[in-house]
Amino acid sequence: MPALGIVGYNPDVTTAIQCRDLRKTYDGKVEAVRGLNLSIEAGECFGLLGPNGAGKTTTIEILEGLLEPTSGEVTILGRNWREHARELREWLGISLQETRLSEKLTVRETIDLFASFYREPRPAEEVLDALQLGEKADAWVGKLSGGQKQRLAVATALVGNPKILFLDEPTTGLDPQSRRQLWDIVRNFQKSGGTVLLTTHYMDEAEKLCNRLVIIDHGQVIATGSPAELIDHLGGHHVVEFAVSGGSDGVQGADKWKELPGVEGARNEDGLMSLNVREPHMTIPVLLNEVDRCGAQLEHLTTRQASLEDVFVRLTGRHLREE
Amino acid sequence: MPISEKEQATAELSPVSNPEARAQKNGRWSGYSHLLVARLKELKREPEVIFWVFVFPLLLALGLGIAFRNKPADASPVVIVEGPGAQHTLDLLQQSPRRAAVRVWVLDQARALQDFRVGKFDLVIQPDGNGGLQYRYDPARPESLLAHTVVDDIVQEAAGRKSAFPTSAVVSSEPGSRYIDFLIPGLLGMNIMNAAMWGIGFALVEMRQRKLLKRFVATPMRRSDFLLALTSSRLLMTFIEVALLLGFGVLVFHMRVLGSLWTILLMGILGGLCFGGLGLLTASRAQKIESVSGLINLAMMPMWIFSGVFFSYERFPVAVHPFIKALPLTALNDALRATILQGEPLSAQLGRLMVMLLWGGISFGLALKWFRWT
Repeated sequence: MPALGIVGYNPDVTTAIQCRDLRKTYDGKVEAVRGLNLSIEAGECFGLLGPNGAGKTTTIEILEGLLEPTSGEVTILGRNWREHARELREWLGISLQETRLSEKLTVRETIDLFASFYREPRPAEEVLDALQLGEKADAWVGKLSGGQKQRLAVATALVGNPKILFLDEPTTGLDPQSRRQLWDIVRNFQKSGGTVLLTTHYMDEAEKLCNRLVIIDHGQVIATGSPAELIDHLGGHHVVEFAVSGGSDGVQGADKWKELPGVEGARNEDGLMSLNVREPHMTIPVLLNEVDRCGAQLEHLTTRQASLEDVFVRLTGRHLREE
Repeated sequence: MPISEKEQATAELSPVSNPEARAQKNGRWSGYSHLLVARLKELKREPEVIFWVFVFPLLLALGLGIAFRNKPADASPVVIVEGPGAQHTLDLLQQSPRRAAVRVWVLDQARALQDFRVGKFDLVIQPDGNGGLQYRYDPARPESLLAHTVVDDIVQEAAGRKSAFPTSAVVSSEPGSRYIDFLIPGLLGMNIMNAAMWGIGFALVEMRQRKLLKRFVATPMRRSDFLLALTSSRLLMTFIEVALLLGFGVLVFHMRVLGSLWTILLMGILGGLCFGGLGLLTASRAQKIESVSGLINLAMMPMWIFSGVFFSYERFPVAVHPFIKALPLTALNDALRATILQGEPLSAQLGRLMVMLLWGGISFGLALKWFRWT
């Protein structure tokens, strides 16, 4: 087949976003991103997780072509920002972490405005309906609720008919219902063949939405895989949490409990013991016996499914929402 | 056939939907025209903008026009010191054909001097007892000088002085030479400067602070279209403003516009672009509206004072005139005055146009070099 010099989307490209050895140093001092490698397949929903200040926003803004990396390479749908910026802009839908759209324009005017920048946008009505903003179409942006504003922000990203959707902390500060509405929007976009890259510090959000994710801390990837894989990697799908009082020495120490059968990891978090456990029904009876034997009092005992939060705490010793 | 809501949503969001189904394909100027319309709608929905841009200049013109309206000179208040000869002097003044030019009091010496010191009287007349008069006046006060001249003329004419050289005078108070005629072009210039600096400089930083600039450059929007739309929305406002203020001057103060309206409009546009460039420069780096407000005020302050908005810069020492004339607002004000009041053609104003072009061009160039979208 003769080469036709086709300018446009190449469906054979299955890697949507790739970056190699990405680094970003601010003012020659602060290293926000320190050698990041990512490879995101077309059609998947990929999550960037990490605590505040981990480098999530810097990373996503470099991928979006809004920040120059200090070094490293970014390839989006087989193109790079240096030579194909205009083309890439047509293909990407972006919702920044914090954009205050003009308050004195209506929802429809805002969507029409963003649509006007693209060569072949979606009709505004379609996007309004899909994002459940139809009723608010003629309301001023300033009058919208937080959830509606966030849906509008995503609407401005979707109106250009993108192939890849970038969402930077799309549900931060939203009520549970608004969060679920946004999740539906993201799933629908993905179902129709779109690729999604999102950052979040909500573990449940990542577990529900993402096919794969990386956990970032101090500008580096510290774990990568599907949510299930990462939890597996933790060594145990269950977490047993308990608290004891009184008893002999060592009862408050994590080391003592690590010795119990089936325990993969143990930590003491301000008096609350947290064990990563393969099979709770094997471990709990032994645990109770041991508490008795030491003459201690059991104050509290729960078991639950392990979450990505546990993965993160296990990896970094910190909770995600901590600074 | 009923379709579930979810399926419908899925179909609508398809990123690879059938191209034929798409309603629109945007042309080259779609982004620009939408940006322009959105900007104008935003301005229209901001009542403060309407007030400051359209109503305030008219109120200012009205207030100053009334305060400094041309009126016959007030009669000069003068005082005669009591004593021999006072009554004779009073009679002289009150019987003169020009008696309307003075109002006369007769007081004792202490009182008369005291009231003169506090400015209640413009002249103290003291008969010297030998049939002569001694005047006490303050040459630093124009009204005092005037009172001295008027009273002396009355006295000398009453005594039979004739003019040695034949002169005649024609009373002239024509539109064109009054304060309001001087003021309105100055207000026009100042408003063009204000509107462009705030409307472009402040608006841009505000959008940068809101991360809206960053959001825009994350789309395929052409950056030049964005700046062009912002500028042209302001020029459109300037156009309305110039028309309003000039129309107001003509209707209310019977101002006469001698130059061509096209020339005035061209000056307005050039001034708008020049200050738009300066506004862009002040906004090129600032991240916070507080810092850009300071910068804008800093840039405008010397021009408010020196560029002859409310009074002529001729009052400043001649040595600084070249610097004053190099300021863009001076060039704009001079050009507007020459066109409106004297009907000077464009060709006579190339120097002033050049000053504006240089300021605008250089600041625009620097702004483009330094401008940060994020």
